[in-house]
Amino acid sequence: MLDWIAGIGAANIAKVRSFGRATLMLFGAVIAKPQLVKNVPLTIKQIYVVGVQSLLIIVVSGLFIGMVMALQGYTILVGYGAEGSLGPMVALSLLRELGPVVTALLFAGRAGSALTAEIGLMKATEQLSSLEMMAIDPLRRIIAPRLWAGMISMPMLTLIFSAVGILGGHLVGVDWLGVDSGSYWSIMQSTVEWNKDVMNGIIKSLVFAFVIVWIATYKGYDSVPTSEGISKATTQTVVLSSLAVLGLDFVLTALMFGIE
Amino acid sequence: MENLIEIDNLSFSRSGRTIYDNISMRIPKGKTTAIMGPSGIGKTTMLRLMGGQLLPDSGDIKFKGESIPNMRRTRLFEVRRQMSMLFQSGALFTDMSVFDNIAFPLREHTKLSEDTIATIVKLKLQAVGLRGAAQLMPCELSGGMARRAALARAIALDPELIMYDEPFAGQDPISMGVLVKLIKALNDALQLTSVVVTHDVTEVLTIADYIYILADQKVIGSGTPEEIKNSDSPLVQQFLQGLADGPVPFHYPAGDLQTALLGASC
Repeated sequence: MLDWIAGIGAANIAKVRSFGRATLMLFGAVIAKPQLVKNVPLTIKQIYVVGVQSLLIIVVSGLFIGMVMALQGYTILVGYGAEGSLGPMVALSLLRELGPVVTALLFAGRAGSALTAEIGLMKATEQLSSLEMMAIDPLRRIIAPRLWAGMISMPMLTLIFSAVGILGGHLVGVDWLGVDSGSYWSIMQSTVEWNKDVMNGIIKSLVFAFVIVWIATYKGYDSVPTSEGISKATTQTVVLSSLAVLGLDFVLTALMFGIE
Repeated sequence: MENLIEIDNLSFSRSGRTIYDNISMRIPKGKTTAIMGPSGIGKTTMLRLMGGQLLPDSGDIKFKGESIPNMRRTRLFEVRRQMSMLFQSGALFTDMSVFDNIAFPLREHTKLSEDTIATIVKLKLQAVGLRGAAQLMPCELSGGMARRAALARAIALDPELIMYDEPFAGQDPISMGVLVKLIKALNDALQLTSVVVTHDVTEVLTIADYIYILADQKVIGSGTPEEIKNSDSPLVQQFLQGLADGPVPFHYPAGDLQTALLGASC
């Protein structure tokens, strides 16, 4: 019984310590002496890896989610004769919720896991140690550019996701099911507000990006440098960041849209 | 004789296990010092302590008279530019060609022009016999070539101290011979101080000026290769001759076999 209680305590202390290490890593990578000039080319390369190479999965998923939404929405709205509101329905749900959340989940699976595995393998093959011995701080050289690249890429990916989704909705709703194109666009224009809908979506995606790349880089950096340890770290990245995204989404939604 | 590194009364333990218990060592300047011992006694750990990647529990490590464990991080990074380490795996950056790997420390730490860097890289590659492999990626190299490329990277900034972590492990006799020759040549030509961590007895006896043998958390023997060969310590002799059993036991610490077997059946 005592062992059991001690076990709970030990597990919690381990969690708190791990959180402390993660914060120290973040501090060392981002806040302590940023080297902007040296980091820009590295960050651009990482934007290509985490951002540009994630484009295909983002575009395809956005397209299909927009199409499905239009199809589902149409069958309900047409019963009330309100199929003209299909445009704002698709646009609002994408901009406010689905865009940031689904992009974040896909990003965690596509780029987050890759980041963890890459950094974990660098650790396993002593590349991080060798950087340190060359008097180059791996936090600044390896972690920082990846953090920034994620923060820059995610909002753009989110916007692309939402835009493609709206086009997908148009494809199904207007071109296939025969909703009036003018009302699809004009009611969308009059309903969607820049600050309330678009900006809030971008803020959400920034928060998600921060959480995902933080978890992904930390899990890689802190992984046990064996094949088992890296596979565990990669799994944890995807699971933890997906849960964090969904949980934070509720909090953010409550803050942004909950109290009118 | 001037010492580059002085280790005094060093103790170190990791996850509850004592690795070193009150060890003192001297690494003389301009010489090749070998640290030998059975696997698993933390020879690599010693290099990491010297490089300031790990902190000792007690005791001190001085590099040119300056205490490494008490250094501030910025100073530590300055000092590390004077040392370099050859990792067991080579630790080449897998996303860069051999050329870029060797140019990497130059690009990071100097403001030399690309032309100058290219010249230095070619010379360093020539020294390890890999100038023709400059444009290959690390995954295209054999184990021995990777280690030579890593050696070229380690000497790119002309350090004062090179630490070799098991440079001969897993090498065929030819690459082993090449590495032995290289380490010796580099030491003589560049007036480097070398620390070689290894358990390959014959190779070390040919290149080392001074040898420390570690076992049981302590230094069990030290001296020039001649002194070591003639040592009357049974531990040292067991290690040199590669006997399976002796003062260093064959068995990992365990209870009595009879009790263990009978206990299981009851």
